[in-house]
Amino acid sequence: MSTSLESMLQLCIILPLLATVGIVVTGRNPNLREAVTIVTGLVVFYFVIQLYYGLDRGESINVQWWQLLPGLQLSFTIEPLGMIFALIASFLWLTTTVYAIGYMRGHNEKNQTRFYAFFAIAIGSVMAIAFAGNLFTLFIFYEVLTLSTYPLVTHTGTEAAKKGGRIYLSILLSTSIVFFLLAIVGTWFIAGTLEFRANGVFEPNANTAVVGAILVLFIFGIGKAAIMPFHRWLPAAMVAPTPVSALLHAVAVVKAGVFTVLKVTALIFGIDLLRELPTTQALLYLAAATVLLASMVAMRQDNLKARLAYSTVSQLGYVTIGALLASSSGVIGGSMHIAMHAFGKITLFFCAGAILVAANKTQISQMRGLGYQMPITMAAFFVASLSIIGVPPGGGTWSKWYLLVGSMEAQQWTIMAVLLVSSLLNIAYLLPIPIRAFLPVRQNPSARFTIKEAPLASLIALCITTAGCVVLFVYPQPLYELASAILAKPEIIHAQ
Amino acid sequence: MLAHLPVLQVIVPLLAAPSCIILRRPGWVWLFALLVSGSAFLISIALLQQVADAGVVVYELGGWEAPWGIEYRIDILNAFLALIITGISTIVLLAAHTSIQEEIPEDRHTLFYVLYLLSLAGMLGIVTTGDAFNVFVFLEISSLSAYSLIALGRDRRALWASYQYLIMGSIGATFILIGIGLMYQMTGTLNMEDLSRRLPEVAQTRTVFTAFAFLIVGICLKLALFPLHLWLPNAYAYAPSIVTTFLAATATKVALYMLIRFTYSVFGGSFSFTTLPLQTLFVVLGLLGVLIASITAIYQKNIKHLFAYSSVAQIGYMIVGYSISTTAGLMATLLHMFNHALMKGALFLALGAVMYRVGSVQLRDFHGLGRQMPFTMAAIVAGSLSLIGVPLTVGFVSKWYLVLAAIENGWWPVAVLILLGSLLAIVYTWRIVEAAYFKVPQAGNEQVREAPLAYLIPVWMLVSANIYFGIDTRLSLQVATSAAQSLFGVGP
Repeated sequence: MSTSLESMLQLCIILPLLATVGIVVTGRNPNLREAVTIVTGLVVFYFVIQLYYGLDRGESINVQWWQLLPGLQLSFTIEPLGMIFALIASFLWLTTTVYAIGYMRGHNEKNQTRFYAFFAIAIGSVMAIAFAGNLFTLFIFYEVLTLSTYPLVTHTGTEAAKKGGRIYLSILLSTSIVFFLLAIVGTWFIAGTLEFRANGVFEPNANTAVVGAILVLFIFGIGKAAIMPFHRWLPAAMVAPTPVSALLHAVAVVKAGVFTVLKVTALIFGIDLLRELPTTQALLYLAAATVLLASMVAMRQDNLKARLAYSTVSQLGYVTIGALLASSSGVIGGSMHIAMHAFGKITLFFCAGAILVAANKTQISQMRGLGYQMPITMAAFFVASLSIIGVPPGGGTWSKWYLLVGSMEAQQWTIMAVLLVSSLLNIAYLLPIPIRAFLPVRQNPSARFTIKEAPLASLIALCITTAGCVVLFVYPQPLYELASAILAKPEIIHAQ
Repeated sequence: MLAHLPVLQVIVPLLAAPSCIILRRPGWVWLFALLVSGSAFLISIALLQQVADAGVVVYELGGWEAPWGIEYRIDILNAFLALIITGISTIVLLAAHTSIQEEIPEDRHTLFYVLYLLSLAGMLGIVTTGDAFNVFVFLEISSLSAYSLIALGRDRRALWASYQYLIMGSIGATFILIGIGLMYQMTGTLNMEDLSRRLPEVAQTRTVFTAFAFLIVGICLKLALFPLHLWLPNAYAYAPSIVTTFLAATATKVALYMLIRFTYSVFGGSFSFTTLPLQTLFVVLGLLGVLIASITAIYQKNIKHLFAYSSVAQIGYMIVGYSISTTAGLMATLLHMFNHALMKGALFLALGAVMYRVGSVQLRDFHGLGRQMPFTMAAIVAGSLSLIGVPLTVGFVSKWYLVLAAIENGWWPVAVLILLGSLLAIVYTWRIVEAAYFKVPQAGNEQVREAPLAYLIPVWMLVSANIYFGIDTRLSLQVATSAAQSLFGVGP
């Protein structure tokens, strides 16, 4: 049984890459091409589910590929945090594909074959990141993800896309090469291993000054986590078509960033060592500052996607805070927030795309009364906003709850205050959008609104993710169990 | 036959060169040159195998015993270099027949192959011989043929570039000769092995210091170490594309080989690095070279110029690794010699395809090429990624070991500067990517087609090598490690 689980794990990574070939070959026939994507998506999702059950049964699933450099092997394994990420990414890839079929055709985008091909590569590398068995493997696919998403960001090929792509690539590559790679080489030199371990890899008597410096390098180096001042790539990436913004810049890419932060803090440093390091506190304040500042910037954005982008920057700060709190509730909250925010934000992006396709509107100021024209979309927007803010019936409630508990455990009162204030800011920049959409338009009361929603495929996808937000509120146990198993010793997970 | 491999390595191309004139028909000459280079490649593989199995192979020329006669001495380092040179030369020759149709006048094609083989023989001679004076002789053979090869360029500026290189190269060669002469005066021997035994007795004399200084400066001129690199950009930019590819991938490596051989094997690491402040000097020059040459590359409009400056920067990396003067550092340098040959080989050869179709490699000529020449541009993108050092390419492997060597030595700031250098590589390579994929073709370039298959195959062979050796690093790592270890006198 476990051998087949191991091949499933590898197929999760390889199938999307193979699908790329299929997509290119069938490029002339759009229906066949999309069928390839959807079938691959379904199969990958099925495999991830099987892997989840395998993990639940306590099976240990490890795959060793070859040694890239002596002592540094490409290896993959299943552990709870990676499982969370893989479940979200594979499920939302499927949903996004459905959405993209409606959007890309409805919006008459060009070069759709290239779009789906690079999309598949990106998902393959996301799966590899989620299942990475060591930091080295993770880094390699982290870079592959950056490069494979560049053509997606610059999809339209316009001058604006070129500029956005330039910022995107330069920030992500520079941070990862100068800081992240240096931190990894430093870790390898000091600790002699890049394996993920429950108590971290550093010796207990390691020089805290040096290790603290390495932590700083990691936090800045993982540019995908969008900690200020290296957050500019995320708003810049909004030139991409909406499905890209939705899946990659609400789920795959950004979550790969905070996922890596969580992995590094919990499994390379270990929360005990993290608490001792002289730099943790400063970085925590930096993450808190990111949360607040990005929320404030978000309030001033009139472009819907830009506002959502800054909101993402702010929400990613939550996960980083959770990681740096160095408490078990912090890690639980942070990892749950990966899932909660993913569902909420992807819904919001889907709505933004639906509004663009159906009503051709991008600015928030134009959306007054839009609720009468697109009731389903705007209702979904409302529910997803609640989830991001963290009030019932949105799943975000739980992750924010645990983050607050974590900040109390760590006695970080400032951080707790920041989390609370930030929730208020979330209300201020998100809720006015659906509320104004349902306000009557006074200037022209006689105008009758005809309902004109986005293409059906997009609408279905949007409803699925909205439902996801609510389901995660009502039924968060599986997620919680996964999140709380992250810090457990591997022996305990695999003991049953 | 097997026992004669060391000398065959040099003699085959050397004798084949004049034989080309007899064949006359360019097509035949090409096939013949390809055959010669290919067999040199096979010989170098066999030699590497022999050295790896049985240790150093010594061949006494004409049966005269060293130090009276000339000996060819193949250890793992020479064999590694010979493998790089012959491998690149063979792949480049595959593309030569197509490329020179457009870039070299018909009546000079035979001449081209003659010079090419001579240059190849010269380089192979330098790396195989164990005799210091022989190094000079082969250096002149390879250099003189290189000057003429560059002068074959269609652009009239090629003549000036070749002349520049001739002057600088001759100064370098003269310095090397003076250095060798002074060593001979002090020790009475020219055999490297013998020199390394006799030099320590006279190490503290002013003559030996002078000899060392002349030798190092001379080699650094040939090496194009910043700030002695001024001849390189023009020579690379105006030479025919095939010549550029061949020289960029091999010539500087051979000079670096001479530097390593003379400092480590002849003078000995302790003399070179402890008695003299070579380390400080080289790490500073290497880093300056990386940063300044990379920044200069950003402002180039001619893409061959751009990659030429990039080569100067890459030489800086090799020198930094060399100056760390630990096994790890030297190993990183040797590894990067191999990897850089693959990267620059792929990039310059792909530029040759652009030259073939568009007739120019100015940045504006790349506008829209992403659509018109998809395979060529994909090769340039892959080569650029390798140059930047993205994982799963050879560039990453080099960078990993270089940074690791710097950190092991406690040189954190150097590690940061090395990584900053690769950021500059992103900037200068991405200008090409943006031009190719985001712009529409210039007027007059709308009809450009993809390069012929015969040309694309060698280009993609090199690109695949960039990826293959970035994924399966066993060969390059093992050879580089054992070569570095043998230079430090540990291991086999």
